[in-house]
Amino acid sequence: MGLVESGKLPKPLTQLLNTSRKYSLWMYQWGLACCAIEMAAAMAGPRFDIMRLGVIPLPASPRQSDLLCVSGTVTDKMVPAVRRLWEQMPDPKYVISMGSCANCGGPYWDSYSVTKGVDQVIPVDVYVPGCPPRPEALLEGVVLLQERIQNEDMADKWRGDPIVVS
Amino acid sequence: MTVTESEQLAYVAAKAADARVNVELETDDGMTLNIGPQHPATHGTLRIVAKLDGEQVLWVEPIMGYMHRGYEKLVEVRTYPQITTLVNRIDWLAASCNEVPFILAAEQLMGVEAPLRAQYLRTIFHEMGRIAHLTMFLGDMGVQIGALTPMFYAMRDREFVLNQTESVSGGRFHPNFNRIGGLKDDIPKGWLDETIRIMRKMEAFCDQMEELLLGNEIFEQRTRGIGIIPAEIAQQYGLTGANLRASGVDWDLRRDVDSPMAWKHADFDVITHTDGDCYARTWVRLQETREACKIVTQLCEDLPAGPIMAKVPRIIKVPAGEAYVATENPLGEMGYYVVSQGDLGPFRVKIRTASFHNISIVPWVLRGVYVPDIISILGSLYFILGDIDR
Ligand code: SF4
Repeated sequence: MGLVESGKLPKPLTQLLNTSRKYSLWMYQWGLACCAIEMAAAMAGPRFDIMRLGVIPLPASPRQSDLLCVSGTVTDKMVPAVRRLWEQMPDPKYVISMGSCANCGGPYWDSYSVTKGVDQVIPVDVYVPGCPPRPEALLEGVVLLQERIQNEDMADKWRGDPIVVS
Repeated sequence: MTVTESEQLAYVAAKAADARVNVELETDDGMTLNIGPQHPATHGTLRIVAKLDGEQVLWVEPIMGYMHRGYEKLVEVRTYPQITTLVNRIDWLAASCNEVPFILAAEQLMGVEAPLRAQYLRTIFHEMGRIAHLTMFLGDMGVQIGALTPMFYAMRDREFVLNQTESVSGGRFHPNFNRIGGLKDDIPKGWLDETIRIMRKMEAFCDQMEELLLGNEIFEQRTRGIGIIPAEIAQQYGLTGANLRASGVDWDLRRDVDSPMAWKHADFDVITHTDGDCYARTWVRLQETREACKIVTQLCEDLPAGPIMAKVPRIIKVPAGEAYVATENPLGEMGYYVVSQGDLGPFRVKIRTASFHNISIVPWVLRGVYVPDIISILGSLYFILGDIDR
């Protein structure tokens, strides 16, 4: 879209695009540990049913997804793979970090092999706390992310400098 | 993009992870296929490197450690009450089954025994964990073979069991409810009747699964006669649990070992199957879910009254000594070897988990099979990555 790149996107069009973007998130689920079961309950459980929020789980590849949900313990051995898959996702991309382990190391805060927070290697948009968070908490995280997408200035996002992770 | 220190670290870690696979990826005789570490069929983060000749597997090498959290080192710096929180998360689908053997080992060293009511309740939670675990397996086994529907049924009915756990302990599947000497709290009012009602629901779920999944022609074709493990081989590789029973070995720690748990007061069968193939393993687990429902119902019906906590000091110090206690986890034998030196925490704990030993047969059983059968066999062997790597 030339308008977006030149930064001349009119407000109503931004609103329209953002609304459509926020209700068509393809979620790449990176289930790593216990939290993955709660994520599966949110995805496949008829009681929670994440699809009613417009999130479609199980894309075939990270290259088709907008949203990465890292749920569970990220170990130092796993971290390169997380980073590599995140790099394969097309922009604009969003990350939800689910569970204390992905947020900060959780109960393994003093372990020698656990990465203390996935935000050390990829930028995270929404942190869902809990050990494990209830499936409702993940849904709340998705709603918060959708709010964020709705209020995003797309031109800014496109023009924006590459995100430097530190 | 500037390269930061953590990126540098990640790069080095990637190199190290790749170097661990001692296979050359390009060879003239066959093709190397890498499955995982992120693949729906690996239940998390198992990585399997397979050398293929056409559709046939020449050899495979499972690569583990993507979920290694350093349990045995961590428990050395925790106190006994803190450790139960941690060990909940070894096999995350059946958390109370992980607590029980550790608590029993500590109790054995201290010379205390939980009151009878606590023993009954522990067994009830243990079996409810088993039901939640195996329900997930049944749904997942369908997904592996390509049938998505069983998963939805499993997820629906699993919630009932999780709700019951939650109404007692506050945690959906990490209850952390066992204490040294008994349980944290008593059960709420009306809980027993509700549980019995839910067990009836779960039995109906088992009937449904038997028709929906095991009676399915495609399912039978993809599992019957696939991945046969003879009894001697299974014993040599140290398989335990349903994988061993599906090979025809009548072995169950719940019945064979006299532990201070309430299994001896319940009447249940140990299910075995003679085939040893994928179908047998699924079938055994399905019947075990039924048996677990039976045990829970029986124990709920004749739950004795009384205290739920034995007399233990407020600050728990375990006398010096060594103890090994194992119980029958949904996956197999789960045991803790606790070495205490009389401190607040153990000196050393060796955790014997079932999946680690069950997975060791993978190179043997996958040799010579066809590629689609890899998925059936891995699915029916059923492992939890946290249980393998700890
Ligand atoms: S946050 Fe808790 S429940 Fe989630 S993966 Fe970590 S230990 Fe498991």
